[in-house]
Amino acid sequence: MTTLAAGKGTFAGGVHPPERKELAPGTLIEVLPTPSEVRVPLLQHLGAPCEATVKARAKVALGDMVGKPTGFVSAPVHASVSGTVGRLSVATLPNGRHVGAVPITSSEQQPLSGVALMDDIFGGEWPVGDVERYEPKAIADAAQEAGLVGLGGAAFPTHVKLRPSEERPIDTLLINGCECEPYLTSDDGLMLRFPAPVIAGALLAKHAVGADRVIVCVERNKPGAAGALARAAEGTGIRVRLLKTKYPQGGEKQLTVAVLGREVPTGGLPLDIGAVVLNVGTAASLARAVLRGKPLTHRIVTVSGAGIRHPKNLLVPIGTAYRNLVEYCGGLTPDAARAVAGGPMMGFALGSLDVPVTKGTSGLTVLTRDEVRRAEETTCVRCGRCVDACPLRLVPTKIALASRAGDLDLAQRYHMTACMECGCCAYVCPASVPLVQLIRLGKAELQKAKKS
Amino acid sequence: MERDWEKDQAGGASAPAPTAPSVYVAPAPHLSKTALTTRRMMIDVLVGLAPAIAMSILVFRWYAVVQVGLSVLSCLAFEAALTRMRGWRPTLGDGSAAVTGVILGLSLPWSAPWYVAVIGSIVAIGLGKVVFGGLGYNIFNPAMVGRAFVMLSFARALGASAYVRAGTALEVVTQATPLTVAKKFASDLAAGKAIGEDLQVQLDSARELWPLFVGQVNGSLGETSALALVVGGLYLCIRRSASWEIPAGVVVSSFVLAGLANWGGLTPLTALHHLVGGSLLFGAFFIATDPVTSPLTPRGKFFFGLGVGALVVVLRLFSGYPEGVMFAVLLMNAVTPLINRWTIPRPVGGETAKAA
Repeated sequence: MTTLAAGKGTFAGGVHPPERKELAPGTLIEVLPTPSEVRVPLLQHLGAPCEATVKARAKVALGDMVGKPTGFVSAPVHASVSGTVGRLSVATLPNGRHVGAVPITSSEQQPLSGVALMDDIFGGEWPVGDVERYEPKAIADAAQEAGLVGLGGAAFPTHVKLRPSEERPIDTLLINGCECEPYLTSDDGLMLRFPAPVIAGALLAKHAVGADRVIVCVERNKPGAAGALARAAEGTGIRVRLLKTKYPQGGEKQLTVAVLGREVPTGGLPLDIGAVVLNVGTAASLARAVLRGKPLTHRIVTVSGAGIRHPKNLLVPIGTAYRNLVEYCGGLTPDAARAVAGGPMMGFALGSLDVPVTKGTSGLTVLTRDEVRRAEETTCVRCGRCVDACPLRLVPTKIALASRAGDLDLAQRYHMTACMECGCCAYVCPASVPLVQLIRLGKAELQKAKKS
Repeated sequence: MERDWEKDQAGGASAPAPTAPSVYVAPAPHLSKTALTTRRMMIDVLVGLAPAIAMSILVFRWYAVVQVGLSVLSCLAFEAALTRMRGWRPTLGDGSAAVTGVILGLSLPWSAPWYVAVIGSIVAIGLGKVVFGGLGYNIFNPAMVGRAFVMLSFARALGASAYVRAGTALEVVTQATPLTVAKKFASDLAAGKAIGEDLQVQLDSARELWPLFVGQVNGSLGETSALALVVGGLYLCIRRSASWEIPAGVVVSSFVLAGLANWGGLTPLTALHHLVGGSLLFGAFFIATDPVTSPLTPRGKFFFGLGVGALVVVLRLFSGYPEGVMFAVLLMNAVTPLINRWTIPRPVGGETAKAA
């Protein structure tokens, strides 16, 4: 427990985009009034989609399961409001995927709303007590039943991470509170205002995976959050570590390097190097699932950007349309030009605001015309800034241009599939080459070539 | 007032027919560092060259103004004309032609006739860049392509004798360039000839480090002042518009090799003289660092620099020319694709498994 982690607190590469976190400070969390309708997508995670378990016109209560998992790497979905189920519909997720969705029309009477709802989810005491009382497997089971997935964005089913294996013992649990995407402050808000469930969840997860130590990782630009967590963690043996503020510090592969000095093998998971990484929101939800037996039905979403009139953090039912969030935040400004699900570096631009919030939605960033304006693409002059910025030590321009030319062999010689599409290269490119887009194209072409 | 997002996407409420929502949906990342453009990098190079230009004007007076001005104007004119001939959009704005012009001009002797700069410019822009497809596609440093052409075509106008002239208002040009003196000394010594008193005096004068460092010596227009080049070069490296790995490699390898050569009696000048004399620093900071024609990865850049530095010393010692920066850079340009191939970095987390 006392051994100092070997990482240097940072990683090579990365960029420093304007943070803009002051627009929607973490301390500002409001509860969205229950929307008249939610649409709960049946696929909100990485893995197999769910199967609907309710029929049209059925009455459901907050927290009832409405979709059951169809595989091991899958997670159930639950009703985020009490109400009446409508006809199964199709929702288009921000990434463009069409998935089935269970529409629920909210009833007049909701069991919980406003402050009472926030208290129910994050407030009160979070006594873990003697963690040995819990069977490790029971913790993972509770996570699965509660439909827990990574709330940082990737939405990997949490129970899969929490099942340790004999061959790959886990020594360290990293709780990820970096939140390196510009604009987003939902994790910051959670850590600042509700550190207790985060710490409780961390203790439970530590027990579940059999780790020796827990390190909570926070970027230096969030001293308040780090302080709150450290106070909440007193006497638990959990350490809080401050890391350099740099995008993408919160990426799993950057985090393990920065904290542990260990590289996740390309194509592998932190599991392969004895570490499990959980987002702070996931940890809090785990505490709620285990200690209170409640499923994942709500999450904090940052609604921010210069294109939003009154940016703030909102506690929203999963399945709420982005439009409701925008309306609650005073609407769009006249120069709003692009709505992004997530942060501006890795988020998906929305073609419509009638897209439901999912478990992995950390924010809605609305950018203005000036912000998204991009210089016209010019020829790559091989300046190598993308190479310097790449946190995975790739040569983005080579991969992108090989992909554009259709030379997949060359792209793979430069390790195309190792790219995690963080966007650092495209952010710095002086020639405005759409590097990430081209690399994605190459990966898709490679997939196609493999299938045929 | 609420805006109707979809209507707006379709080109505004008043638009008669929906158009593609191209402005609104685009792939991540949605932010870009707008202050950083190719043009800005080229302007950085020009700013970095400013001290060297100032020193050349101080040392060579009007000759420097005319020579550099002529090169820049010719390069701009040929860039405009040749890109127009190929039907491209105007490219003058990217600033690369101006950079080529300044570097070409600064690499010429003060006495070169007007047609040298003009012909050098058309070859630099035409053969050095446009035939390859323009900026970003060229293999060789355009300015050096132009200079190599005029050097081979007008050997007299660019040879050692072009630098020296007695009886002009410029005192500095009455002396042979330090590297020419060193070359003569070494070859006389190797041939077993007695060292003339005159040559010995010249060598002693060439060995004075301070004038060599500040730039009060004869040479090509922009190369004389190590001080000005280092100041401008450091600016470039700090702005990261040039990669420090390249000048570092050049300095390391040339210093070591020149030191060994001096110790072995192959040259009368020490490693330090070789470093600050001639166009080594000019080449290290401003010519070899051309991003288009140098490798991409930090390691590759350092190897490239090492190669340039080593070749410069080898050419200075064993070729027929007193200086070797131009050919060293061109030769290393030629192997840049190979260096790129050999220095593919190992990604964080190791290589991807080979596709079975």
